[in-house]
Amino acid sequence: MLRLPPFEFLAPRSLAEAVALLAERGSAAMIVAGGTDLYPNMKRRQFEPAALVSLRSIPELRHVEGTAQTGLTIGSGVTLTQVSQQPLIANAYPALAHAAGAVSTAQLRNMGTIGGNLCVDTRCNYYNQTYHWRKSIGFCMKKGGDVCLVASGSERCWAVFSSDTAPVMVALGASVCLEGPQGKRVIPVEALYRDDGIAYLTKQPDEILTEIRLPPVDGLRTAYWKLRRRGAFDFPILGVAVALKLAEDGTCTAARIVLGAVESSPVEAQAAEALLIGQKLTREVIEAAAQAAARPARPLDNTDMSLSYRKRMAPVYTARALAQAAGLNGDQAA
Amino acid sequence: MEEFDIIGQPLPKVDAVNKVTGATPFADDLSLPRMLYAKLLGCHHPHARLKAIDTTQATALPGVVAVITGADLPVKYGIIPSSQDETGLAGDKGRFVGDPIAAVAAVDEETAERALELIQVEYEALPAYLSIEEALDQKGEPIHDSGDQGNIHKLVSLEYGDPQAGFSQADYVRDDTFFYQGNTHLPIEQHAALAHYTADSRLTLWSSTQTPHYVHRLLSKALGIPMSRVRIIATPVGGGFGGKCDLFGHEIAAAKLAMITGRPVKITLTREEVFYTHRGRHPVLMWVKTGVRQDGSITAMHFKTFLDGGAHGSYGIASTYYTGALQTVTYKIPAYKFDGLRVFTNKPPCGPKRGHGTPQPRFALEVQLDKIAEALGLSPVDIRRRHLVEENSHTVNHLRITTCALDECLDKVVKASGFREKHRQLAYGRGIGLACGSYLSGAGLPIYWNDLPHTSVQIKLDRGGGVAVYCGQADIGQGSTSVLAYTVAEVLGVGLDHIQLTVADTDLTPIDLGSYSSRVTFMMGNAAIQAAEKLKALLLEAAADMLELPVGALAARGGRIFCVDDERRSVPFEQAVQRAEAQHGALVAMGSYTPPKLAGPFKGSGVGPSPAYSYSACAVEVNVDPQTGEIKVEKIWIAHDCGRAINPLLVEGQIEGGVYMGLGEALMEEQSFRRQQHKSPSMLDYKSPTTLETPEIETLIIERPDPGGPFGAKEAGQGPLLPVPPALANAVYDAVGVRIDEIPITPEKVLKALDLKRQGKAARVGPKGIPNVTFPKPVWVEPHSGAPKLEAE
Ligand SMILES: Cc1cc2nc3c(=O)[nH]c(=O)nc-3n(C[C@H](O)[C@H](O)[C@H](O)COP(=O)(O)OP(=O)(O)OC[C@H]3O[C@@H](n4cnc5c(N)ncnc54)[C@H](O)[C@@H]3O)c2cc1C
Ligand code: SF4
Repeated sequence: MLRLPPFEFLAPRSLAEAVALLAERGSAAMIVAGGTDLYPNMKRRQFEPAALVSLRSIPELRHVEGTAQTGLTIGSGVTLTQVSQQPLIANAYPALAHAAGAVSTAQLRNMGTIGGNLCVDTRCNYYNQTYHWRKSIGFCMKKGGDVCLVASGSERCWAVFSSDTAPVMVALGASVCLEGPQGKRVIPVEALYRDDGIAYLTKQPDEILTEIRLPPVDGLRTAYWKLRRRGAFDFPILGVAVALKLAEDGTCTAARIVLGAVESSPVEAQAAEALLIGQKLTREVIEAAAQAAARPARPLDNTDMSLSYRKRMAPVYTARALAQAAGLNGDQAA
Repeated sequence: MEEFDIIGQPLPKVDAVNKVTGATPFADDLSLPRMLYAKLLGCHHPHARLKAIDTTQATALPGVVAVITGADLPVKYGIIPSSQDETGLAGDKGRFVGDPIAAVAAVDEETAERALELIQVEYEALPAYLSIEEALDQKGEPIHDSGDQGNIHKLVSLEYGDPQAGFSQADYVRDDTFFYQGNTHLPIEQHAALAHYTADSRLTLWSSTQTPHYVHRLLSKALGIPMSRVRIIATPVGGGFGGKCDLFGHEIAAAKLAMITGRPVKITLTREEVFYTHRGRHPVLMWVKTGVRQDGSITAMHFKTFLDGGAHGSYGIASTYYTGALQTVTYKIPAYKFDGLRVFTNKPPCGPKRGHGTPQPRFALEVQLDKIAEALGLSPVDIRRRHLVEENSHTVNHLRITTCALDECLDKVVKASGFREKHRQLAYGRGIGLACGSYLSGAGLPIYWNDLPHTSVQIKLDRGGGVAVYCGQADIGQGSTSVLAYTVAEVLGVGLDHIQLTVADTDLTPIDLGSYSSRVTFMMGNAAIQAAEKLKALLLEAAADMLELPVGALAARGGRIFCVDDERRSVPFEQAVQRAEAQHGALVAMGSYTPPKLAGPFKGSGVGPSPAYSYSACAVEVNVDPQTGEIKVEKIWIAHDCGRAINPLLVEGQIEGGVYMGLGEALMEEQSFRRQQHKSPSMLDYKSPTTLETPEIETLIIERPDPGGPFGAKEAGQGPLLPVPPALANAVYDAVGVRIDEIPITPEKVLKALDLKRQGKAARVGPKGIPNVTFPKPVWVEPHSGAPKLEAE
């Protein structure tokens, strides 16, 4: 079996204690929540932190508060199982519940947290490999080397941001609350991300994501479509989150389309959104928007299935997500 | 009265409770005092000479007890006597990324792992060959110097009868090329072994192996110690599927380290190492030319196969022959030619996986038949059903057919699935496909040549009525130990609670060749019946004395021996045992099974013969999304002729398992390589279907007892996989009109074929051709006199 490297496990009982520990340990420490992303990476030596600051014993991070009318606040320590099953969340933001429920497997969702899902490491099938494998092929710049094996000559890393819930959070207009030694700040969730496979988060390593704030539902219609090989286990190799508002006569008054797993951060398709606003959502309108939505996506060949297939599926999945959110037909959510 | 008490009953496996409660000790659960842990260092290059390996720093690391390299294990071995190209650790060169080149024993796994990093290896990179084409176009040093020529490990060519005449008499001849990608077994249990070398110079190896006897022979050879001082105990195997049939480097390394250190040494492979250990399905490129008459009867077939063997011989010679052997056992073929070629490549070695060498050609054959049926305007049912082999006949390549209930399998599957009503009649996107298959009930010949029994069972009765049963067979989860218990209990007429089982221990149990080629139920079952019948005769004799009745008036059932005409006159089983022991001394009996001599009189006839063949027919209904190319399998119907279901629950389990595995191969599984190393050696990235991809499976067990099988049983463990991939391919064609002549059938390929169709081109994705290879002049074989004849028109 692959063994974990040695590390010190710190289990603070309050947020304040956790913040203090992170300040004290500096870059030698990492945050761990459910560990479903971090521990496998540590076994493969992508990370060898001297200490882990665990968030599991901090009760302040496990709340779900508010209503569909006022908006919801979800603690970062809430598990994906809870996010996918709590009626409060599932009724108000069905796409979020669906995305959380589409993460991996039931066992993993019982451990994995929503905060961890928003901070999950970017992925690349040259990187998510054992130490021996990476040594054999030659280390890449995301860990231990100085080249990119997918895009040779590239100055940057193109590892794929593969969270299921992040695109939905962006589409919903959520914001996140960060707390660290420098204090507390609230930023829109899209501001958490940066299109860089290595430094994919804008937050400081010692900042804890404490909660997610979702705006009032206010007629928002949402859908999330996930492309993956199998109905379980698999990370998205394309995710499409949409949120729409329709006037009484069916005219679209607000639209957000966010693609996941195509770049190193969630990608909002603003040109496509513009094509929807002020329109009645007919098949033709949706088709045009779907084509436009797929255009900015620049996936590389570093996930499961071929690059051309993922590109080709982007408009198909976008159209299906839009149709579902608009209530157009019986297309099943994927 | 029912014919049997236990046979045919849906009983739980004898080890079920221990398995579900976690009590069963698998190899990795074992622990001995002072035990060390071993780890392997894998080669970092696909093909490289190992110029120097410096282990000084690793040896000096506190906690490390011993470090070995290929220099410590120089003896070459191989499972097939004519293909001896492996050593415990690579000596002269590493032949694929991950090829074990050194091993460390340390006080714990962490220390052993750290020590691996301290081993300095000086490599000299050599040209690497990653595909059949690259291997044939050999630019530098070949991978081995032991093959037939350069990177070609094996070249075979066999011709039966007069294919030339057959083709000239055909109304329709077509040739097609197909490719079947390699895939791996993916057992849940990673291979593990524990070695212990005691002060009396005896070595014991506990290992998760399917073939303790072969491991016994080969380990003795690899280590240079006599078999009489080696004991192999096969632990319960958490899934094998053919992947645990060889002797492996990790077993040899653990044994060697135990001998050096004098301490027990355990090794458990990582999942990545299991991918490198492999011995899985060969990637096979195929070309098949078939001639048929208007009515669909085959006049001749010519089959060429190109196997991508990976870095070692392993079972490869047998695999090569298997890609040409069983084409003849389903439909009548009066003339047949087979050319096969296996190359070495710098990838983990291929070997036997469920169906060993036969799913690939079965895929090609059954898809081509579907194309032929369409061209001739025949139904896929009729083209098969009308030309089935006859029972008690022979094939053109000298395989003896005993029973064949493929007629009934087809009829039942066609009816249950509504095939005739659905085929070509479902809405666009929806389709149904049909295919058949057949497999051995045990290989007629052993892996190494000998004329000894293939299996033996020993039974010892004790005075309390206990029945101790000993057999070398290794249960890999398929339930062979349970079958042993059912068989003995049935014959002796006692309940299963009387039976104690000792299995798969070369010190204690008589030899069984192992759990491969679907041989155990058939062969061990016969041996067990023989042993039990011998004891039963003594018990009936004793009871006859006690009851003052003739032996012929008695029966043994329900734990007693009684008069058939008056059941009140009876003696309990244990009293009969005591009386018999008083008369004869200790009650011990042996039974053995040796298959009849089945091989034909020509070189290459050793692969293919079996005492009986199982048959299956399968229908698959799919829903193909033409926008995404995604295939949803709606339902699978499968009928399997297993002769007799000794336990219908186990048969159903095997059939469902085979269908699931076949579906995985057909839809997604791929042992794929990129930049000369395995692309996805993990359970997350190597895609194998989950329960969510597994449709409802309707299993129809067809029982037509075979006279040679125990209670008439044939196999069920491998055959049901075979028809699944071609039935799926045929269903995709029925759904959206594209031919994917290549396994796996991925959404990408479906879309590509649909694009071609839209462009008015041939709506097909598959190999474009085959390498230009001159096969040797074929060995010509006179067809068996009982084979189908090429009738003059
Ligand atoms: C087999 C497998 C399949 C998977 N499939 C999917 C999938 O389909 N979709 C998907 O989205 N994910 C998937 N994952 C990834 C992962 O399991 C989930 O994203 C999960 O939600 C991560 O949450 P966690 O609490 O376990 O995070 P952890 O592993 O504990 O942490 C992940 C990262 O986030 C940081 N972090 C965690 N919590 C916080 C916080 N509150 N504040 C600041 N930083 C924090 C950690 O330092 C770490 O860098 C899969 C993982 C595996 C092993
Ligand atoms: S995208 Fe390039 S640099 Fe980033 S992880 Fe993959 S190979 Fe490494």
